[in-house]
Amino acid sequence: MSPALLDFVEFSLAGLCVGALYALTGIGFVVVYKATRIINFAIGEFMMIGAYFFFGLAAQASLPNWAAIILALIAAGTVGGFLERFIFRRLIGESAISVFMVTIGLASIMVGLVEIAWTADPRSLPTFLPDRPFFVPLGSAEAFLASKNGWSFIIVAAIMAAFITVFRFWRGGIALRATAADQQAAYSVGINVPGVFSFAWILGAITAAAAGILVGSISGISSAMGAIGLSLIVVVIVGGLDSLAGALVGGLMIGWLESMASLYIGGEYKQVATFVILLLVLVVKPYGLFGTHDIERL
Amino acid sequence: MIEEADARVDAPILQVEAISLAFGGLNALRNVSLDVVPGCITALVGPNGAGKTSLFNAISGFYRPQSGRVFFEGRDITRLSAPPRAKIGLARTFQNIALFRGLTVLDNIKLGRHAHLRTSLVEALFYYGRPQREEIELRAEIEQRIIDFLEIDHIRHAPVGALPYGLQKRVELARALAMKPRLLMLDEPVAGMNREETEDMARFILDVRDEWGVTILIVEHDMRLVMDISDHVIVLNFGEVIARGVPAEVQKNEEVAKAYLGSGEIGSQVRQSVTEMAAS
Amino acid sequence: MRIGSAKQTYAADEAIFKTDVQRLWFGLLALALILFPFVSSDYWQLLACLIAVNVIAATGVMILTGFTGLVSLGHAAFMGVGAYTAAYLSNHLALPFWLSIPAGGFAAAAVGAVFGIPSLRVKGLYLALTTIAASFILQSIFFNWTAVTGGARGLTIEPASMFGHLLVTPGAIYWIAMPIAALSVWWARNLLRTRVGRAFIAIRDRDVSAELLGIDLLRYKLMSFALASFYAGMAGAVWVYLFRVITPESFRLIESIFFVAAIIVGGLGSVRGAIFGAVFMTLVPELLKIGASDLAPYWPDAVKLLSPVRTIVFGALIVGFLMFEPLGLNEIWLRIRQRFALWPFRT
Ligand SMILES: Nc1ncnc2c1ncn2[C@@H]1O[C@H](COP(=O)(O)OP(=O)(O)O)[C@@H](O)[C@H]1O
Ligand SMILES: [Mg+2]
Repeated sequence: MSPALLDFVEFSLAGLCVGALYALTGIGFVVVYKATRIINFAIGEFMMIGAYFFFGLAAQASLPNWAAIILALIAAGTVGGFLERFIFRRLIGESAISVFMVTIGLASIMVGLVEIAWTADPRSLPTFLPDRPFFVPLGSAEAFLASKNGWSFIIVAAIMAAFITVFRFWRGGIALRATAADQQAAYSVGINVPGVFSFAWILGAITAAAAGILVGSISGISSAMGAIGLSLIVVVIVGGLDSLAGALVGGLMIGWLESMASLYIGGEYKQVATFVILLLVLVVKPYGLFGTHDIERL
Repeated sequence: MIEEADARVDAPILQVEAISLAFGGLNALRNVSLDVVPGCITALVGPNGAGKTSLFNAISGFYRPQSGRVFFEGRDITRLSAPPRAKIGLARTFQNIALFRGLTVLDNIKLGRHAHLRTSLVEALFYYGRPQREEIELRAEIEQRIIDFLEIDHIRHAPVGALPYGLQKRVELARALAMKPRLLMLDEPVAGMNREETEDMARFILDVRDEWGVTILIVEHDMRLVMDISDHVIVLNFGEVIARGVPAEVQKNEEVAKAYLGSGEIGSQVRQSVTEMAAS
Repeated sequence: MRIGSAKQTYAADEAIFKTDVQRLWFGLLALALILFPFVSSDYWQLLACLIAVNVIAATGVMILTGFTGLVSLGHAAFMGVGAYTAAYLSNHLALPFWLSIPAGGFAAAAVGAVFGIPSLRVKGLYLALTTIAASFILQSIFFNWTAVTGGARGLTIEPASMFGHLLVTPGAIYWIAMPIAALSVWWARNLLRTRVGRAFIAIRDRDVSAELLGIDLLRYKLMSFALASFYAGMAGAVWVYLFRVITPESFRLIESIFFVAAIIVGGLGSVRGAIFGAVFMTLVPELLKIGASDLAPYWPDAVKLLSPVRTIVFGALIVGFLMFEPLGLNEIWLRIRQRFALWPFRT
C-alpha cells in the first residue's frame, strides 16, 4: 500500500464523516425549505446555539451528557418554533429575498447573544463519544479514522434512518410532504399548514443542533462556528434545495470534495474549491442535482 | 373563404405555419396555421385552455414551438428571440395584467417605446443633450397621441398598482401602443370589465385600427364584442383550429357551438355569450 | 389636469427638482456639505469620508438590487477589485488619483459583469448565492495573487496629491470622496429618468414580460451588474486613498451583507434610500462606540460588550426594518414630509 493511496483513503473517510454531518444539517435545511420556501442562511448559527446549549448544560451546569444533549435539543427546537411563530409566520407573503435577509439578520443576533453569554473565545465540548480510533483494514495496511469522526458518522446514519422512516410513514411527515407539494391543496384537504410550518422549523432546528453538537465535539465551538453554514449552503444548492436525497448526496459529496481539496490543493483552498463547484453546478444545472423548479407562465 | 378574402387585400401581415407546441405530454397547440390580414381585426376564440394564450406566446417569442414557422411581414421570425420581435412591431397585452408595479402609469407607457429609443447607459447617466431631448419628445408624443386618446390623463403620475382593474387594462393597451405596433395582440382585453368599460375598450380598439392603421389580433371570450368588431374569427379548441371565417359564418358553425357547450369548464360568461350568439 | 403642450413644460415635469422649495433645500444641503470640513474635527471628517464611500457603494447596490432586483452579496469583493486596482496603478504606474479611481471602477465593472453572467440562468436567491461564491473566489485571489495584492499582508499606497499637495488627512480626502458620492447619486437619479432605468425596474418587477416588451435581458442584467460594480470599484478606490492600506480582510462577505442591509434599512427602490441607509448604518456602530466609552466609567463591562452589541444591533436593524418598516427610512422620511407639506401654514 503506497502512502499516497493511504492518504487518499484516510482523507476520503474523514471527508465522508464530515459530509455525513453536512447531510444531516442539510436535511434540517431542506425540511424548512420544503415546507416554507425559506432559505435559512442562519443554519450554521442554529448549529452553533445547539452546541452552546449543550456546553452550558453539560460543562457549566454539570448535567450528565445524555441529559444535556436532550435538553439542548429541546431548547434549540423551542428557539426554532419561537422564531417561526413570531417572525417567519408574519413574513408570509414577503419576497423571498426579504425573508432571506431576515435569516441573515437573525444569524447576526444569535452570534451577538452567544458572545455576550459565552464570549467569543473558542471552547471545547465535554467528550461523550468513545475514544478509540477506527482502523479500516486496507490490504496490508490499515487506514486510520478518528473515533469522533467515525462515531458521528454512525450517529448521523441512525438519525437519518429514523428521519426517513418518519417521513414515509408518519402522518406529520405526510402532511409536510403534502404542504411542500401544494400549499393551497394542503389547506383544502384540512392539513394544518401553519402547524406544519412550526413543525418544520422545530425539526430543522433540532437537526441542526444535533449536528452542531457533533461538529463541536469534533472540532470545538466558537461564536464563529456558524461559518460552516456557507458550506451547507453549497451542499443544499448542489443537491437541490427541495430534495432530501439531494441533501444526503450533496452533503457526502461536498464533505469528500473539501477533504480532497485540503489534501491535494491545501486546506486554505477548501472553501474556494466548494464555491467553484457551486458556480459550476448553478451554471450547468441551476436547480441542483435533484431539485425541481416551477415553470414560469404568463 | 379566407383565401378569397386574402385575394382582395395585400399579403398577410402575420402567417403562422403549422405550429405545434407541447408541454410534457400536453399538446397545447397542434399544427395550427393562420393568417392575419393587415388592417383587419382578427379574433381568436375558443374555450378556456384551448391554447389561445399559448399561441400568443409562441408568436411573441416567449414559447418555442417544437415545429412550424412564423412569418411577420413576409420575414421568417421563427428563430428570433422576443425582444427583436417586439422591436419590429409585434406588440401585445397580457391576459393577467403585466404592468410594472414599481413604475408610474407614464413610465409604464414610456417603457413600451424602449426598443426604439437610443439612449445608452453612459448617456443616461448624464441625461444631457440628446438623451434629454429624446425623453422630452417621447413624453410629448405619448401625451398627445396616447394619453389623450385613451383618456388616462388624470392618472399619468399614479402608481399602477393602485389603479382599478379596468384602468390597468387600459394602461396596458397604452403601453402596447407606445411600442409602435404593426400588429397588436390583445389577450382578453375586456375580461372582468363591466358593460360600460367594455364599450369604451371596443371603441379604442376600433380607433386603433382605423386611426392608427394597426392590425389587431384579439383573444376574447365576450362573443358580443367579438361579433361586433372583428373582421375574421378563428376558433381554437384543444390546440386545433376548428373553424375560421367571417363572424356570421363562424356563428353558424355547429362544431363551434359544440366545442363551447361540450367543454365542461366554460365560464358562465362564455355560456351566456354563446346563448346570446345563438339568439341573435 | 392638462399640462400645456409646450415642450418646456414637459422638461420641467421631468426634472429632478420640480419646485423652488425643493431647489432651495437642495442648495442648503449642498452648502452644508461644502462648509462641513471647515467646522468639524478630524474624527467627523473621517466619518464623513466613510459615509461618502458607503454612499457610493450602496447606491451601486441599490441600482443592482433595489432597481434591477438582482441581489448581490459579492459587492465588497467588487469593491476590493477597485481598491487593489487603484493601489496597483498608483504604486506601479504612478497614476494620479483622478485616473486610478475611475480605473478601479472599470476594473470592478469588468469583474462584476463576468460574475453577473449566471444571472441569466439563475434567479432570485440562487443568484445571491452565486455572488457569495464570487465573493469567496475573489477573496482567495486577493490572498494568493501576492505579486499584485501583497497577499495576506496587503499593500500600502502613497497619499493622493493635488496641485503638489499631499492629501493625507480625512479633511483633504473629503474633497475627493464627497464629490464622487454626489456624482454617483446624480448619475443614479438620471438613470431612472431614461429608458435604461425603466428597463431595470421592469426586469425587477417581472423579467419575462419585460423581455416581451423588447428589453434584452442579458444586456441589461449585465449592464446593471457592471454599473453597480463600477460604483463599488470607485468606492473601493476612494477607500484606499482614505486609509492607504489594504488587506483582503477588508472585503469580506459581512461587508457585502452590510451594503444590502444598508439599502434595506434605507428603503429599497429609491436613491434616497441608499443615502439614508449608508449614513445610518455607518453612524450606528460609531454611536454605539461613543455610548460605550461614555458608559465605561460607570460600567466597566460596556466596552467589552461593544462588539457583540454591535453585532446584535446590526442584525436587529435588518430584522426590525423588514418586519416593521419594509420600505425603510425613506418611507419614514416621506411620511414626515407629508406631515409638514404645508408647514408652516398648517401642520
Ligand atoms: N408553461 C406551461 N406549462 C405547462 N402547461 C401549459 C403552459 N402554458 C399553458 N399550458 C397549458 O396549455 C393549455 C393551453 O393553455 P392556454 O394557452 O393558456 O389556453 P387559453 O389561453 O386558450 O385559455 C392549457 O392546458 C394549459 O394548462
Ligand atoms: Mg388565455
